[in-house]
Amino acid sequence: MKRPGLQSRWLCVPGALWIGVFLLAPLLCVVAVSFFSTGSYGEIQRPLTAEHYARFVGFGALGWDALYPFIIARSIFLAAASTGLCLLLALPMAFFIASLPTRWKSAALTLVTIPLWTNLLIRTYAWQILLSGTPFYPGAVAVFVGLVCDYLPFLVLPLYASVEKIDWTLAEAAQDLGAARWNTFQHAIWPQMRPGAVAGIVLVFVPATGQFVIPDLLGGAKTVLLGNVIQQQFGPSQNWPFGSALATIAMLLVLMGLWLYARAAKNDREATLL
Amino acid sequence: MNSRRSNTSAALSIALFAFLYAPLVVIVVQSLNNSARGGAWRGFTWHWYEMAMHNSAALDAARTTLWLGLGSTAIATVLGTLLALGLSGGPFRGRRMIETTTLLPVVIPDIVMAIALLLFFHEVRERLNVLDPGLLTMTLAHVTFQIPFVALVVRARLAGFDHTLEEAARDLGANKWQTFWRVKFPLIWPGILAGALLAFTLSIDDFVVSFFTTGPGAMTLPILIYSSVKRGITPEINALSTIFIVATIIATVSLTLLQSRVKK
Amino acid sequence: MDAVGLVRRFGDVIALDHVSLSIGRGEFFSLLGPSGCGKTTFLRIVAGLDAPDEGTLVIGGQDALPIPAHRRAVNTVFQSYALFPHMNVEENVAFGLRMKRVPRAEIQTRVRRALDLTQITELAARKPHQISGGQKQRVALARALINEPEVLLLDEPLGALDVKLRRELQQELHALQRRLGITFIHVTHDQDEALGLSDRIAVMNAGRAVQVGSANEIYEKPRNRFVAQFVGGCNLIDATRRETHIAHASFGELRVERELPSEKVTLAIRPERILLGRTAANRFDACVVDTTYTGAETQLVLRIGNATLKAVTINNAGATPIRIGETIPVNIPPEALLVLED
Repeated sequence: MKRPGLQSRWLCVPGALWIGVFLLAPLLCVVAVSFFSTGSYGEIQRPLTAEHYARFVGFGALGWDALYPFIIARSIFLAAASTGLCLLLALPMAFFIASLPTRWKSAALTLVTIPLWTNLLIRTYAWQILLSGTPFYPGAVAVFVGLVCDYLPFLVLPLYASVEKIDWTLAEAAQDLGAARWNTFQHAIWPQMRPGAVAGIVLVFVPATGQFVIPDLLGGAKTVLLGNVIQQQFGPSQNWPFGSALATIAMLLVLMGLWLYARAAKNDREATLL
Repeated sequence: MNSRRSNTSAALSIALFAFLYAPLVVIVVQSLNNSARGGAWRGFTWHWYEMAMHNSAALDAARTTLWLGLGSTAIATVLGTLLALGLSGGPFRGRRMIETTTLLPVVIPDIVMAIALLLFFHEVRERLNVLDPGLLTMTLAHVTFQIPFVALVVRARLAGFDHTLEEAARDLGANKWQTFWRVKFPLIWPGILAGALLAFTLSIDDFVVSFFTTGPGAMTLPILIYSSVKRGITPEINALSTIFIVATIIATVSLTLLQSRVKK
Repeated sequence: MDAVGLVRRFGDVIALDHVSLSIGRGEFFSLLGPSGCGKTTFLRIVAGLDAPDEGTLVIGGQDALPIPAHRRAVNTVFQSYALFPHMNVEENVAFGLRMKRVPRAEIQTRVRRALDLTQITELAARKPHQISGGQKQRVALARALINEPEVLLLDEPLGALDVKLRRELQQELHALQRRLGITFIHVTHDQDEALGLSDRIAVMNAGRAVQVGSANEIYEKPRNRFVAQFVGGCNLIDATRRETHIAHASFGELRVERELPSEKVTLAIRPERILLGRTAANRFDACVVDTTYTGAETQLVLRIGNATLKAVTINNAGATPIRIGETIPVNIPPEALLVLED
């Protein structure tokens, strides 16, 4: 007799196949194309070459220039800075929402969700309207404001979820034992919030690094980020192989980040097991 | 708790809500501002809405966005639900791999996914002469990023599902099919509905993936808005965006109500 | 129903280790054992929700293993009741008949009858979350019985209820089974429930059926330490054989009515079989170490030499209360001493 449950794998097939065809295959395409040469009209042609990666590292026709590593560093820095600020702002907000009476709580959560679901493009061009005429627009500060505003809800929601689950008796026990406020937070509260915080950080940091709309609308010519350079290669510059190389690098960065995250999550689990 | 401290965090939170809503308010206000170039308030008008309603490009874009959203959501909801059901069943070989792979669209930056699909569709067209860029390619692309979100939401719902109910149904004479439609489906459909709603929102909100996978003649509202913004904002776009914002608010609120009703 | 040599492994763990049970038509049969002893696994195999790795299962003269759960004439009352939360009581009860496409009119009359039988007619329109635990139990029972199964399986059906309700429902369950004549297989870890309800009991431990017999046999003639201790309290006395009927325990010689089979023996005696204040064979002086008053009786902890024994005394009116520290004569009747196998 067949045991139940063995057939469940077949249910995964259509979805997994779809992702395989329309995501894995295209991503492999990107990696493959990144090793082809670019023709004078932008065509993808042989011979196979690593020149795009060399160009990325900075070895161009005009000698060494760290333009692209610099752009990546700037993307990561802006993404990290906005993630950090989002985290700092989201913490008190999560505590505040969690402290509200039940009725108000769901209203406040809806209020956080609405901007999250509103088109990012619209929110971004609204900042263009708001900031135009100030010295910040266009520029890195405008991009920064846009990133923080657009991604703040992504951190508030998971943080709120973990605040809701906090076991306050631990905090009370810590204060009972004479811990100062900061110590209580650090040792009795923060460890319980960590998983939520880490999930939120991933949700913000990854897309912020590859953002293209926000720097495109708020950054101006000087604040080019990774997303924009990739877009340029597929748009005006018509250099698909180089764009593919840049995308491959972005992908690698993301996978590396996720690997670190998975490791941290695993450590967390092990820590709670102990 | 310490009231002084909670006052501070209340004040900060209210300020942050203002910060989150400032862009939305600006768009709504400007859409009603009787000024062709934005800026200071010059009086109230519905004029821009009338213009938007008679703008055939905008109406076309709205129609495309809607069809794209409905079509891709329908496919993604079916595939994502099946995936969730499969992954929440008993363990099997390769399950972890499928689980990880199908989550990729969530974590890959959308620009990377967009250009990957652009390349892929381009190569397929060169070789097989199918998949002209347009509504079809956009639909395929949207389904790809919608599937994992539907699967995640449905799986969350399935996590609370008591599997003895299925056993009870079989014990009482229901076959596999009957067990699914009479017992499991009615209990997880709020999750499926929430997943579909999320997928639909993602689709109509998407700009980057659509921008790279579309072709001549298939313009979505976000693409229209983007190109208008690039050319210089017109008040009509504010009106369109406001309609967009209002639709989002309605969707969010109804989803919240749906979830709170289901919880009871 | 005959189960022969059922084996079920979960990885390295053996949940069922060659269990063979023969259960007659119309019998009220209980599987009694601690959690994890394999009793629920046995039930799931009979229901068709799980399959054995080895062994055969015959229900009503038919090999049951190839028959899938939904076609077996077996129904289950689940421990958690597993009522469908999106259906009201009536729909829950009608579910089995609907699946079999029984005509609508017949469903209606049979549902009404099942609701009457379990006394929940007035709950018909309620949803499961609107009724109490005891009521849910009745719905689960009605939902299973309406299908007129050959065998009804009850998985700790009363486990989640409070004591008073449990006793009440036990009696009802017993009466119901007598009336319907359906074979009941009942899983429980509550010995009182098993002893009170069942025609026969199988005591299970670590995947094996350790002893099968009537309530009386299980209680009066436990075969080994596990059964003796799990079913009712029991004093165990390690002893060596002196003569065929005389054993040597740490506190003295004991006369045993039954023949002693080996050199080293384990003797057992139920607390209530130790007689206080009388003198006959096997008389000892015992020091009262502790007393617990429970209303109808008083439980005593006695010390004889270096052995500790439990005893009980009925609180008759006028009986002199026994105090801690007192020394009293006790008598261990030779016919009450059981000889265990291990």
